Amino acid sequence: MRAALIALWAIVQRETLRFVSQRGRLLAALVRPLVWLVVFAAGFRAALGLSITPPYQTYITYEIYIVPGLCGMVQLFNGMQSSLSLVYDREMGSMRLLLTSPLPRWWLLFCKLLAGTAISLVQVYAFLLVAFFMGIQFPLAGYLLALPALLVSGLMLGALGLLLSSAIKQLENFAGVMNFVIFPMFFLSTALYPLWKMADASTLLRDICAVNPFTQAVELIRFALYAEPNWIALSWTVLALIMFLGGSIWGYDPSKSMIARKSG
Amino acid sequence: MVRIALCFWLTATSALAGEIWVSNEKDDTISVIDEATLEVVRTIEVGERPRGITFSKDYKRLYLCASDSDTVQVIDPVTGKILHDLPSGEDPEQFILHPDNKHLYIANEDDAIATVVDVESRKVVAQIDVGIEPEGMAVSPDGSFAVVTSETTNMAHWIDTKSQKIVANTLVDQRPRHAEFTKDGDELWVSAEIGGTITVFDTDKKSEKAKINFEIKGIHPDRVQPVGFEMTADGKYVFVALGPANHVAVVDPKTYQVLDYILVGRRVWHMAFNGDQSRLFTTNGVSGDVTVIDVSNLKPLKTIKVGRFPWGAAYRPT
Repeated sequence: MRAALIALWAIVQRETLRFVSQRGRLLAALVRPLVWLVVFAAGFRAALGLSITPPYQTYITYEIYIVPGLCGMVQLFNGMQSSLSLVYDREMGSMRLLLTSPLPRWWLLFCKLLAGTAISLVQVYAFLLVAFFMGIQFPLAGYLLALPALLVSGLMLGALGLLLSSAIKQLENFAGVMNFVIFPMFFLSTALYPLWKMADASTLLRDICAVNPFTQAVELIRFALYAEPNWIALSWTVLALIMFLGGSIWGYDPSKSMIARKSG
Repeated sequence: MVRIALCFWLTATSALAGEIWVSNEKDDTISVIDEATLEVVRTIEVGERPRGITFSKDYKRLYLCASDSDTVQVIDPVTGKILHDLPSGEDPEQFILHPDNKHLYIANEDDAIATVVDVESRKVVAQIDVGIEPEGMAVSPDGSFAVVTSETTNMAHWIDTKSQKIVANTLVDQRPRHAEFTKDGDELWVSAEIGGTITVFDTDKKSEKAKINFEIKGIHPDRVQPVGFEMTADGKYVFVALGPANHVAVVDPKTYQVLDYILVGRRVWHMAFNGDQSRLFTTNGVSGDVTVIDVSNLKPLKTIKVGRFPWGAAYRPT
């Protein structure tokens, strides 16, 4: 038990050190959603408001609508970045050092996941702080209740990154992740447009959006920011977390994994 | 301990014990919103095209302009039953009850007249020729002047309530919609829908004192059309409905500066405060709902679906 906690502490510390030493990373994590908020949201007819859908009680501007989606985006990018660092670790050999630890591999992977999620939480709250000073404010209870929601969504998106990293052999292949994972997940979700708006364009598109785990994560964050539960979104996000984590533990198992098959 | 808790609970609930009555222009109904739950608790069928709506000073009677029925209906707010009609002249749109609680000043839009009705004898006391398409109606707090604004003539007509004659006419910007005296009676505010302004008049001199313009980032100036407005009793804010701009402007009545714009529903038209003026209820015609604004922090709280094209609103304690 003590060894497991030492491992957890060491991995979290390593990830934190890496995050702190990469000064541009927090800045990049902040600038990306802020560009969306300032430029993209302004381009839409922000001033006339969106129709009322839960959890909103009244008309809201587009800037307010996209903030939960941008929180999700921060976590999505962070999850992918963590997976990128795993691929890098594998190439550099430090991964071998980590995996030779006598502790169970699933625990090591979970520690890695938790460390990445903790960093994403720092990034999201930094973004929410900037948004607060831009006049986009949520109830105080919302800021508190968003923490468990962000933890679940961060773990889910981190687990997806972990799963992808188990299948990617080289850093060069990571560009594909951008095209085939991040963009479709982000654009085919409720981060930028509500589901009813998608249904206007096509019901198929609406259905794809509805089953996208990123949509569920964004809705979980959206409701939590208004101190309201969304059990359906929570269930879907937890289900996706279990599937992605299970897949990545399987993927990193040397006896059955994709790594073993690829290297063998 | 229980007593103290009960006391707190009673104080909290009694602070919000009232109703907001909303006239729905295209539904021929009134929606009654409970102030505490912010839900529609009653829908009452009334005459055709209900618009202007106000309560008697003791809240025992509701007066309602049923414009297409060419009458003012008197309704018992407890039972919701129409008691009788008042002879209002054709197409009554807005009206104001004189502080004497007896005389109703009605703007007859199609006939270019203002009708004064005695609500007790139910008789027309006077009919005064005014400009074309009269709409806005105001009475000074001391009751000495009534003001009618005419939409096409672009004027505010000052009526001496003793002689029931026009004593002055003042030009305002295009399409004046609503008029209101300040609580101390020193100023008269008139909104101009197409002009996009509010003109403030000195009551004694009957001359222009200030002009307020509105500008919302991202909204074309043509859409910014001031219509109804309400002043807080403490003289801190004036809330102005900006029609198709879908916003309510918050104006400081001392400096005449716009402090904020609050997003509400589509084509916001008129509004009413609750009893302690902690909340403001705006009627949003096109979206068919009422937005509740928290006056303490100037933020919208909730939007409530009512009938089609809500027009006016009035508060009644229960």
